[in-house]
Amino acid sequence: MPKSPLRVGTGAAFSGDRIDAAIALAERGSLDFQIFECLAERTIALAQLRKRRDAAMGYDPLLERRMEQLLPLLGQRRLRVVTSMGAANPGAAADATIAIARRLELPLKVAVVTGDDVLDRLDPATPALETGQPIGGMGPLVSANAYLGADALLPALASGADIVISGRVADPSLFLACIIYHYGWRLDDFERLARGTAVGHLLECAGQLTGGYFAEPGYKEVPDMANLGFPFADVDGDGNAVLGKLDGTGGRIDLATVKEQLLYEVTDPRAYVTPDVIADFTAVMLRPTGPNRVDVRGARGTSRPDKLKVSVGYLAGYVGEGEIGYAGANALARARLAGEIVRERLRAEFPNLRIDLIGSTSLHGRSFDAAEHPYEVRLRVAGRAATAERAMIVGEEVEALYTNGPGGGGGARKYVHEQVGIVSTLIERERVPTGITIRESSRNAKAA
Amino acid sequence: MPRLHEIAHCRAGDKGNTSILSLIAYRAEDYPLLVERVTADAVKRHLGSIVLGKVERYELPDLAALQFVCEDSLGGGVTTSLGLDAHGKSLSYALLEMVI
Repeated sequence: MPKSPLRVGTGAAFSGDRIDAAIALAERGSLDFQIFECLAERTIALAQLRKRRDAAMGYDPLLERRMEQLLPLLGQRRLRVVTSMGAANPGAAADATIAIARRLELPLKVAVVTGDDVLDRLDPATPALETGQPIGGMGPLVSANAYLGADALLPALASGADIVISGRVADPSLFLACIIYHYGWRLDDFERLARGTAVGHLLECAGQLTGGYFAEPGYKEVPDMANLGFPFADVDGDGNAVLGKLDGTGGRIDLATVKEQLLYEVTDPRAYVTPDVIADFTAVMLRPTGPNRVDVRGARGTSRPDKLKVSVGYLAGYVGEGEIGYAGANALARARLAGEIVRERLRAEFPNLRIDLIGSTSLHGRSFDAAEHPYEVRLRVAGRAATAERAMIVGEEVEALYTNGPGGGGGARKYVHEQVGIVSTLIERERVPTGITIRESSRNAKAA
Repeated sequence: MPRLHEIAHCRAGDKGNTSILSLIAYRAEDYPLLVERVTADAVKRHLGSIVLGKVERYELPDLAALQFVCEDSLGGGVTTSLGLDAHGKSLSYALLEMVI
């Protein structure tokens, strides 16, 4: 009989997430598996650009810093790690990890999951799901990665590897794979897969389950947010689970935080689609069982999708931005005037210039406050251009307001960055064969 | 007239150019009021120029929650928007401004 419950915990919700919270959970959490999900929509496309400049790059920029601290804990704590930190180059991520293991004289086995990169077999005439237009017409394609499911990770887990490194895998599938592997669930046991998927979905955003992206003074108080604890789940053989976090860490787990995260980014609560299962979250039952403990059960599932989703990255030109601030009497009017000046001067080259009044209308396009008198307002102007040089003009025009614009303009800043767009399409499963490769640091490294 | 903010909390998520707003009653007894007043049409009206596409509402009575899926509401999509909050992370608080 497999050990029950199985404890899976979160190590990262995105590439730049806090490392100390992950290490605390690895050290003190009695975890069986820790999952580091590090790929937002655009992350792989940006990583692909780095790989083009240097073939040894293209994996998570924080991988080395995480592994330095994590590797010494694995053997002592019988902890295994599953991560999408491979991004556009999982093989290089494994090499970098092995190099750290050798330097630390630790035996280590790493399994690399391959197959998500489908750029070479994607027809540019394929329509994007979002627009119906051919993906090849959006701009130069830089990446195309299929969202792999838990099935692609199972051989890597079965290899006995301490660390499994992948590229694009559906976020909850990273967690679900560990649960499937541990309990030996069948891949057509859709009821259990749906419950495990709900657990993965709840855990994948780390601090968002424990009070992050939640707190509001006076309404939704969260204690000790500077030390927000990352979550774990104790999962039984049927996929029912109890969510928790480490004692002594900040944050909170209760019905309110769990409800927000259960529904987060779910476009249809009756049909949450992953490569593994189409899960119905409407029947999920949540029950507090103690301080910072919530029992989760009841997700349903009956099938899985026929095709896999592919995330396609393309070059979308450059964005130039400029900002300048105004304060005191008539700040809003002066900032508006400043925006009008820039709009008039850039009208020909930037017909779609974006003008924001930060402190007033920048986020929601209007103010819901009728009596609006912000003491200070920051003008922000943004425009898209084909080259970095042309994009820079936006910031230069804003900067020139110092001496040519309304009174009291201060703190001008200008930026240019390359923009990568993302669209999606679908691909037949049989066109996405997956595999694993193994890298090891020698056993006698430790004896040396 | 109370604002939604007094009786419910909200989280915003995104998929491409779609914003997903999860509205949750603090107290289960307020859920019927949300169902009655915070219709898909009312949300579309309230958010005005933020949401250019259609708004779909899902009811989750066991969670005392409503899910609003708002199409064409992120300036063309997270990755190519010129807006500051390309993900629409702050839109939860635009919804909570609604007077009910």
